[in-house]
Amino acid sequence: MNKIKSVYVRPLDIKHGRVDMSHGSGGRASAQLTEVVFAAAFDNEYLQQGNDGAVLPLPPANSRLVMSTDAHVVSPLFFPGGDIGSLSVHGTVNDLAMMGAHPLWLSASFILEEGFALYDLQRIVSSMAQVAKAAGVAIVTGDTKVVERGKGDGVYISTTGVGYVQGSTSPSGDRARAGDAILLSGTIGDHGMAIMSQREGLQFESAIESDSAALHELVAVMLATGADIHVLRDPTRGGLATTLNEIARQSGVGMVLNENNIPVHRQVVAACEFLGLDPLYVANEGKLIAICAEADAAKLLDAMRTHPLALTAAVIGTVIADDACFVQMKTKLGGRRMVDWLNGDQLPRIC
Amino acid sequence: MKYVDEFRDGALAQNLTDSIALQAQQSRTYRLMEFCGGHTHALSRYGLLGILPANVQMIHGPGCPVCVLPIGRVDLAIRLAMEKDVILCSYGDCLRVPASDQMSLLKAKARGGDVRMVYSALDALKIAMNNPARQVVFFAIGFETTTPPTASIIRQARANGLTNFSVLCNHVLTLPAMEAILTQPGGVPLQGLVGPAHVSTVIGSQPYQYIAKRFNKPIVISGFEPLDLLQGILMLLRQVNENRAEVENEFTRAVTLAGNRKAQALVDEVFEVRDSFEWRGLGSLPFSGLKIRVAFAEFDAELRYPDLIYTNVPDHKACECGAILRGEKRPQDCKIFGTICTPDNPIGSCMVSSEGACAAHYTYGRFSEVKWAL
Repeated sequence: MNKIKSVYVRPLDIKHGRVDMSHGSGGRASAQLTEVVFAAAFDNEYLQQGNDGAVLPLPPANSRLVMSTDAHVVSPLFFPGGDIGSLSVHGTVNDLAMMGAHPLWLSASFILEEGFALYDLQRIVSSMAQVAKAAGVAIVTGDTKVVERGKGDGVYISTTGVGYVQGSTSPSGDRARAGDAILLSGTIGDHGMAIMSQREGLQFESAIESDSAALHELVAVMLATGADIHVLRDPTRGGLATTLNEIARQSGVGMVLNENNIPVHRQVVAACEFLGLDPLYVANEGKLIAICAEADAAKLLDAMRTHPLALTAAVIGTVIADDACFVQMKTKLGGRRMVDWLNGDQLPRIC
Repeated sequence: MKYVDEFRDGALAQNLTDSIALQAQQSRTYRLMEFCGGHTHALSRYGLLGILPANVQMIHGPGCPVCVLPIGRVDLAIRLAMEKDVILCSYGDCLRVPASDQMSLLKAKARGGDVRMVYSALDALKIAMNNPARQVVFFAIGFETTTPPTASIIRQARANGLTNFSVLCNHVLTLPAMEAILTQPGGVPLQGLVGPAHVSTVIGSQPYQYIAKRFNKPIVISGFEPLDLLQGILMLLRQVNENRAEVENEFTRAVTLAGNRKAQALVDEVFEVRDSFEWRGLGSLPFSGLKIRVAFAEFDAELRYPDLIYTNVPDHKACECGAILRGEKRPQDCKIFGTICTPDNPIGSCMVSSEGACAAHYTYGRFSEVKWAL
């Protein structure tokens, strides 16, 4: 992109300025916003090409490409442990990682609401740049549109990612088999409750932080063990319960979980109690479920626990043969119950 | 978490189930009704039904506010939203209750009705204060637990001089429903009742004395935590075995003999007992519901919209909610359970609220009816 001569252009007032319709018009204001806010933060050789698309090198020979996309509409935009920017990078990186892929490039589309503070936009963009850099992925192309005030909620971000997978790695939701072990990388419900606590104004001794994180390095450690990993999936919307039901249906199997082995932070338990929610259904953004051959479970678990994002990883259950594809759970009380799909939105109980 | 962990302790639960197994005599069957939907939900959620001896059977009672709400009352709320152009505020669970003509408040909202979900009665009042040009109606439901907050907002509406706020009152009373269950002809024989937790914090344990005496049934008021429930069931078995019919209070950390007098006074100031109120499954019960007192008439939606007349609407023909609410049938006995009627597409109200017997069994218990290999 050619630099607009700064002497002829009024500098963008990041501190007090706001997004207006002209920032999405494709004219000079759009170019300025792109240059000052986006290109400066995401700077990389592909973005510098300044074209409508990025021309990218081929991945290593004999590898396969993996592509995934994710839209982000979180409210509030900033929350303990992250913001919509970091989330939009982690979300897509993790979708690639769950395919066993090494992520390379991201695209990012922004839908901005007229009147949105440029200062907040810049915070979000720097946060994206920072976590993308930490994850070793480059944001190589993007787009910005502006909608009238009242027709958006500050900012929506869509990201698409491309990565590659090597060798015979092919985790897939339909490969769970009776007898397989179900592993979980850590505590559940942190992301959803960080958001909900913020929304409901709940205060705890220590704030609940979102677990938003990029999981591809953890996955690399897991793949390096040579364990026969059948399924990898991150339990985001709908939480652990819904993700396990998806896998059970896709693979045509049942599952039995052990409630005692499912790690949950105390504050998350407390917040869920207040709001009448079940942590099993609350969203995560930095956790993964791995289903592997029982014989490899111990090896895989040991490897996971060496990684900072999976220190409290645990084997939480077993895959069983069940035509009805029910996910069951042995409760802490010694009883047994079903863990069903999320039904509608979780609504607080009324009495 | 204090007051939670210690009431969900697996080892203590094992002790209690051992004691229950010892107490349950092989020669007899114990049919106990947990009146409250909160208990029904806890029994299923913690898998307690599977760890009780086979001859200790829990019958699910009608203490689920959404479940006992008759179709005709929901129809009134829908008419308010669609014909009277009001902002209709309701608790989340009510939105999905099936009404006449395959409508629900949620569908009314999708068809342009201004229906808003609130988390508390106070939220409804705030909406009225923020929208002075619109009429706002709070669709109030619930037993004695949710009545005081409704009374409180009506008082606040008066204090703030609001002229755009009213309440469609569907508050109901626990004791008349308990009496109805125990007197219905051909009803299930019950050996005892698990008494409500939160309702009893308001009304106290004393009012149940009359029921225990008149019907010669033991009542144990229990908390909603799993150990509370197991302890309550154990206390009931002891009473049955010893031929006692007393009111005992397991939930002493929250329930007193006299209850919450301040809340009772508040309710008494704003509400009076209706001559009769219709319950889904139980029919029209005398003195079983509340209405707003004349002194607060300007906040009574039924008076503000006098052409809003309640009409009785029969349930869906195949729906067994009525028999289930009376404890005569189990959810799985209903032909449409889990096939036509599911939580995603409820036909009957017991499938709507998470406290409803059908929703609890569908969500947590239906695996038990399918053979599976471990």
